[in-house]
Amino acid sequence: MPEHEADTTHSTPAREVGDFLRRRREQIAQRWADEPLFRTVFTVSRDEAVDAGRVIVDALAQVADAQRIEDPDAAGFTGVREQLARMGAARSRAGLSTTQVSSELAALLPPVENLLVADLEQEDSERRRECAIALSVLMGTLRLVTMQTALSENQALIDRQRLQLLEVATPVIKLWDGIVAVPLIGTLDSARSQVVMETLLDAVVDQHARFAILDITGVPTVDSLVAQHLMKTVAAARLMGAECVVSGIRPAIAQTIVHLGLDLGTVKTRASLADALGYCLNELGANIVNAPAEGAVRR
Amino acid sequence: MDTAADVEARLPIRSDMDLAWVRQHVRQAATRVGFGLVDQTKLVTAASELARNTLVHGGGGVLETTRVTAADGTAGLRLTFSDEGPGIPDLERALSDGYTSGDGLGMGLGGSRRLVHDFEVDSTPGAGTTVRVTSWVSRPVRPRGGG
Ligand SMILES: Nc1ncnc2c1ncn2[C@@H]1O[C@H](COP(=O)(O)OP(=O)(O)O)[C@@H](O)[C@H]1O
Ligand SMILES: [Mg+2]
Repeated sequence: MPEHEADTTHSTPAREVGDFLRRRREQIAQRWADEPLFRTVFTVSRDEAVDAGRVIVDALAQVADAQRIEDPDAAGFTGVREQLARMGAARSRAGLSTTQVSSELAALLPPVENLLVADLEQEDSERRRECAIALSVLMGTLRLVTMQTALSENQALIDRQRLQLLEVATPVIKLWDGIVAVPLIGTLDSARSQVVMETLLDAVVDQHARFAILDITGVPTVDSLVAQHLMKTVAAARLMGAECVVSGIRPAIAQTIVHLGLDLGTVKTRASLADALGYCLNELGANIVNAPAEGAVRR
Repeated sequence: MDTAADVEARLPIRSDMDLAWVRQHVRQAATRVGFGLVDQTKLVTAASELARNTLVHGGGGVLETTRVTAADGTAGLRLTFSDEGPGIPDLERALSDGYTSGDGLGMGLGGSRRLVHDFEVDSTPGAGTTVRVTSWVSRPVRPRGGG
């Protein structure tokens, strides 16, 4: 047996898969370009899909050479991580579930496996089996890398949306000259309370508000922390020269507050937003009653 | 659907997010057991206080919810909060209104005792705290309570 052939036999299955990937780079990239994962992501031209495939084959070959076929952190993946993430994300955006994206990735194995089997026809069956296993492990790792990256993308998306929600969920509404209102909705955790307080104080300053109504109709639970946040907000608004009125305390919540022993004594409360507005208008009374009268005088 | 699974659960208390789950689960469980709106709100509020204590003072722990039945057939819901935190050295003081070792209002422990029917604390300094509360569904006052 010639010496170089003996060498090949002694190289590890991972290395042999690496050699195979380099040898068949072009065919693999061409076949992948027809698979849904590539076809639907690279819609502009087929060349783009083939290019993307080549880059991934190169990365896989590098990982195989380094004998790191089971390691999603292998250096070889570094260069393609972002591209894989973009492909995964594009499929998610198209409405595919995580499982569906995962099976599209799994579908990349058979075309490569067929080529490998054809290439290794001369080898003994044990060797062919070892190489097929190495290839399938490597492709499994590729799948893992893509899913991991896609998941962390999702986490980033959730964080972004949460942040947006913090901002969006606290609109300050100007009800009247000098009266602003914030309808609070959902859980008043510490982060949200901070946003509410800042938004409200900004509005008080910007609009020279004398009254600020905090409507808690949409807050399902008022415990001592929520009460503490409300009282802090009321105290801060007072320092800015605005009086706060808390409205929308539902009967069940009112009873609970009493049993809990919370003393909202320093906070002005009204049953509904309308009642609160009525109270504020009344306090501003003179101006409102005088407004039409002034108009009449000017005539 | 197995309604037992909707009531009985073991929930981790490790983050603010977990507190939201605790409130949501207790509200749902209380509804299933048959609590009216006011009693539901009281139980959820007590759970919110006790779960936050587990998180903030106890360093995290778990909540177990169980459906219970009294000798006379009355349905109830039991909530057991446990942690392996520093424990409560002086329970009497901790229960008194306004006492806080942190920067809270100090109304959580005493307040939640007033919001439930049965209240038990088992705390060992250095080993942890277990707070077990139970509330019972009051007899329906509506003449046609068909649910
Ligand atoms: N699970 C717990 N582990 C240790 N200490 C606790 C626990 N729960 C309550 N405490 C102690 O009891 C005190 C009173 O609790 P609470 O009435 O809820 O007030 P707050 O939480 O506002 O401090 C706490 O400040 C704390 O020192
Ligand atoms: Mg507390």
